[in-house]
Amino acid sequence: MLVVENLTKRFGGNVAVDNASFTVDRPIMLGIIGRSGAGKSTFLRMMNRLTDATTGSLKVEGQDVLRLTGAARREWQSQCAMIFQQFNLVPRMDVVSNVLHGTLNRRSTLATMFNLFPREDIHRAIDILDRLGIVQHAAKRAEALSGGQQQRVAIARALMQDPKVILADEPIASLDPMNAQIVMDALRRIHDEDGRMVIANLHTLDTARRYCDRVIGMRDGRIVFDGTPEQLTTGVARDIYGADETFSEEATSTEIRDHRAAPVRAATPA
Amino acid sequence: MALSPSPTSDPHGHYLALVQRKRLYGGLTLAIFVLMMVSGFMLADSRNAGGFWSGLPQIFDFPADVLADTATKLHLLPEHLVRYFPALLETINIAAASTLIGAALALILSLLATRGLALWPRAIPVFRRIMDIMRAVPEIVIALVLIFVLGGGPVPAMIAIAFHTTGALGKLFSEVNENADLKPVEGLTSVGASWLQRMWLGVVPQVSPNYFSYALLRFEINIRASAILGFVGAGGIGYELKNAMSWGKGRFDEAAAIFILLFLTIVVFDQLSSHVRGRLIHKGGH
Repeated sequence: MLVVENLTKRFGGNVAVDNASFTVDRPIMLGIIGRSGAGKSTFLRMMNRLTDATTGSLKVEGQDVLRLTGAARREWQSQCAMIFQQFNLVPRMDVVSNVLHGTLNRRSTLATMFNLFPREDIHRAIDILDRLGIVQHAAKRAEALSGGQQQRVAIARALMQDPKVILADEPIASLDPMNAQIVMDALRRIHDEDGRMVIANLHTLDTARRYCDRVIGMRDGRIVFDGTPEQLTTGVARDIYGADETFSEEATSTEIRDHRAAPVRAATPA
Repeated sequence: MALSPSPTSDPHGHYLALVQRKRLYGGLTLAIFVLMMVSGFMLADSRNAGGFWSGLPQIFDFPADVLADTATKLHLLPEHLVRYFPALLETINIAAASTLIGAALALILSLLATRGLALWPRAIPVFRRIMDIMRAVPEIVIALVLIFVLGGGPVPAMIAIAFHTTGALGKLFSEVNENADLKPVEGLTSVGASWLQRMWLGVVPQVSPNYFSYALLRFEINIRASAILGFVGAGGIGYELKNAMSWGKGRFDEAAAIFILLFLTIVVFDQLSSHVRGRLIHKGGH
């Protein structure tokens, strides 16, 4: 389904993503971990085409999405939803309008400029908000909501796109532990119920272990680990983060739970 | 230790030396300024047809005439006010239409000229220069050309003011755009929105209070501009004022009525726009 081959991104003299290759054969929930500056965000941004790759290819169902331009590129972006650390909603517009922005690529520019969305789209937007448990805020301005609620609006916008893939760039990095769990549970549920592929950059190991079917570890732009969460031992984690023996997962854990708790993901291996 | 006297060794002497140097520079600047003023004035005075000093005592003759004329015909003033009110409306109409058209064009030009938002980033300097040119040409020059081509009337005045307004507002709008948060724009890019959709739904909601505030300020300026353009044949209250003034004594009461109308209009719109702008900024700043 997804084939990444020799993907490289250079910013001047810096190599953000260095010759990355991997294959995903079915829609799974994929976690990417690594310290800041490891190239996780750059990879997601290249996949959504917010950033252009330097070399390499990224094929989705056989089509190299890095070669798309103009309308074809925007068409791909509409099938590849992105969730950002800072939510990236339009703060002065109401929640439903923000969710309806997910359909911008399918609707005529003129109609959307006057906020003329079809009635069935509006109903669908409200249903999605209901599914994510924030329908009571539908008419409020996005800026009036808390961080966790805004991130769920962003997920609703992504679902409104009816995408093949959902990319989540540090979706819980600016949320408190409780909201982080709500948002991650929502992403997992979308994957389980709709069968959509989810690729999430995560900054905490326990989140990756608990929610993902497969984990890719990046360090200095290179893929240094690719395996199941079970294979992600503390020793491997030290390698990914370039840490020494003093490194302890619990020190950075943000979850409210017993660390022996079972993962929420399905028991089938990736 | 250091070549110059160290400030710590003699703080009094060091500071006094600094003050003296500042005073010297200040005095020199003032002397140059006074010299240039005097020489420029002498030159202008010698070239003037009438001469400044001989004309100076007559400077209050015109207001005195207007007042004297009006005082004797005070009972006619309300009638004049009513008679010239439609001309005032025409002037305000010219200003409103040109502000609207100018602001709409300025919106498009400013978005095309802002780094990070522009549709064609390489063409940013082109659109900036276009706005510079539009801003640099005074309204009256464009109006004179257009009146020559299209004939007198409100339409050439409207086009002339709209042209200048586009350049002036475009520059201000573009500065507002620079401060816009790019996160919503990036969010809309990620769903595959077109450039127009990104600008209209991602940028305009953020900047519209500031846009509106600048446009109101420009509307005030444009009322004055459209009154002035009446003098060169663009219709409206300026045209009536020119006639009333140039026909000499006997019609100065009408000129007084027009002055009162203009003054009241400016005051009303000034108060109105500062009130609305105050509310917008107050609301937007939470």
